[in-house]
Amino acid sequence: MANEADQGGPEKIDVRYVANLARLYLDDSEVETFQGQLEGIVEHVKQIGELDLAGIEPTSHARPVQNVLREDVVRAGLGHELVMDNAPKEKNGQFAVPQIIE
Amino acid sequence: MNYIVSIGLEVHVQLQTRSKMFCSCDTGYGAPPNTHVCPVCLGYPGAMPVMNKEAIRMTVLAGMMIDSEISTYSKFDRKSYFYPDMPKNYQITQYDKPFCVGGEVEIMVDDQPKIIGVTRIHLEEDVGKNMHFRGSSGVDFNRAGIPLMEIVSEPDMSSPQEAYDYLTALRQIVTYTGISECNQEEGNMRCDVNCSIRPEGQEELGTKTELKNLNSFKAAFHALEYEIARQKDVLGAGGEIVQETRRWDPDTCETYSMRVKEKDHDYRYFPEPDLMPVVLDTDLVAKWRSGLPELPDMRKKRIVTEYGLPEYDAGVLVSEKALVDYFEGAAKLSSNPKAISNWVMTEVLRYLAEKEIAITALKVTPEALSALVALVDDKTINMTTAKDIFATMCDKGGAPADIVKDQGLAQVSDDGAIAAFVKQAMDENPKSVADYKSGNKAAVQFLVGQVMRMSKGKANPQMVVGLLTDLMKD
Ligand SMILES: [Zn+2]
Repeated sequence: MANEADQGGPEKIDVRYVANLARLYLDDSEVETFQGQLEGIVEHVKQIGELDLAGIEPTSHARPVQNVLREDVVRAGLGHELVMDNAPKEKNGQFAVPQIIE
Repeated sequence: MNYIVSIGLEVHVQLQTRSKMFCSCDTGYGAPPNTHVCPVCLGYPGAMPVMNKEAIRMTVLAGMMIDSEISTYSKFDRKSYFYPDMPKNYQITQYDKPFCVGGEVEIMVDDQPKIIGVTRIHLEEDVGKNMHFRGSSGVDFNRAGIPLMEIVSEPDMSSPQEAYDYLTALRQIVTYTGISECNQEEGNMRCDVNCSIRPEGQEELGTKTELKNLNSFKAAFHALEYEIARQKDVLGAGGEIVQETRRWDPDTCETYSMRVKEKDHDYRYFPEPDLMPVVLDTDLVAKWRSGLPELPDMRKKRIVTEYGLPEYDAGVLVSEKALVDYFEGAAKLSSNPKAISNWVMTEVLRYLAEKEIAITALKVTPEALSALVALVDDKTINMTTAKDIFATMCDKGGAPADIVKDQGLAQVSDDGAIAAFVKQAMDENPKSVADYKSGNKAAVQFLVGQVMRMSKGKANPQMVVGLLTDLMKD
């Protein structure tokens, strides 16, 4: 989980690889734009490394709230028709998607 | 060349909560597609998940059953991937802070106990179900968001049989805890398998492959048999095992490479910002621990003392919680628990095995079985008739007393009626009568058979024998 870039020095982000993970298709000029922007963000966040962080847990939530739980009670969801109104295509009551090939 | 096999399992168990993990949708099985769904489990933008407390309790109970360490601090993470079964494009799961850490499950190998290490148990959400049509695929999100507990083992198993036994032991533990029915047909329990082999004498594990799509214990067993043989062939021919995910095809009984590129496994885990951490204090954990169910061994001892059963019977009955529940349901209503146990261990188990169904699907209720035993005990019916009634109830359900009445199956204990049959049998079979009188006592069995046939099995056999021997005395 901890990004290796947190510890290391300047690092070149492989924008094409990241874009592919997110199923985004970028042209060359977009790659260049995001390259600069993303590296700028990483550089900015890296400033935190200038502080002594020994013994401090990474913060995942801004507020110290915990145990937000609900009881195991069933409530009706959305009606089927309403749900399928949102589907670009429907087949046998299901969301139809392009054929999945494994 | 001898090889050492190392098998590790990731077992997914659907928890039997009433509502889903992060929303209040119904978890019931078999509803029409996309009828148990809402903005949360459909991944609508802005919809917020809220954790189901009961799912957390169940996961912690599972950990207690196998001696896991229960984490005081746990949290959820997002696992990003793109597939049509996952509308959010990430699955909420636990990455580095699962609810249960460590643990062990015992199996028997050659009559010796062997400990299989458990690495962790974490909680996540199940994904939707894909259906394949000609030219397109369909997605049903009813299953999406059902709490799914993942039990990850150490690579401690060294044969397909050990993997099978581990799965069986896990199912026993989970069903006893009452947190899942582990019904394989309904997909309550599924597993992925890691498998590697290494030459004898080599310390470090060989390259492993991962097998997916194992929907039953048998499938896991056969897939492992195939995969181990395949890996031996590859190494034997001087080749190398490629680290990859392989899919088990139950039709061809082969595993084949899914050609998933390594970089697709880059899930980019990060803490789920929409869910706060869970901190379990010792009081709550102690309270949950006090609700732990009776374990198989304890229950076996109790069954022996409470119902006066032999150890052997009790051992068979407790092998499955649903089975011993069924037995106790019937035995509690009966004055003859041993007879109930005999029925369960023979007729019931035989029928379940023949039909390959779970006892929960049996149409003969515990009440009906105890009523059937009572009818035999008070001699209303004989054992042969009882077995016929049992078969009828397996088909159609119903109460034995009604079936006896409807089909006129009550045993004939009326002296006059039996005497008429006996007389007829003796008249029609003078040779048997003569044989008996000249000292061949076995000849009476033939005559009894004739009477039973004439009475369509309803005559009380003891009375028939008594009457026959009386009449043939002189
Ligand atoms: Zn929902």
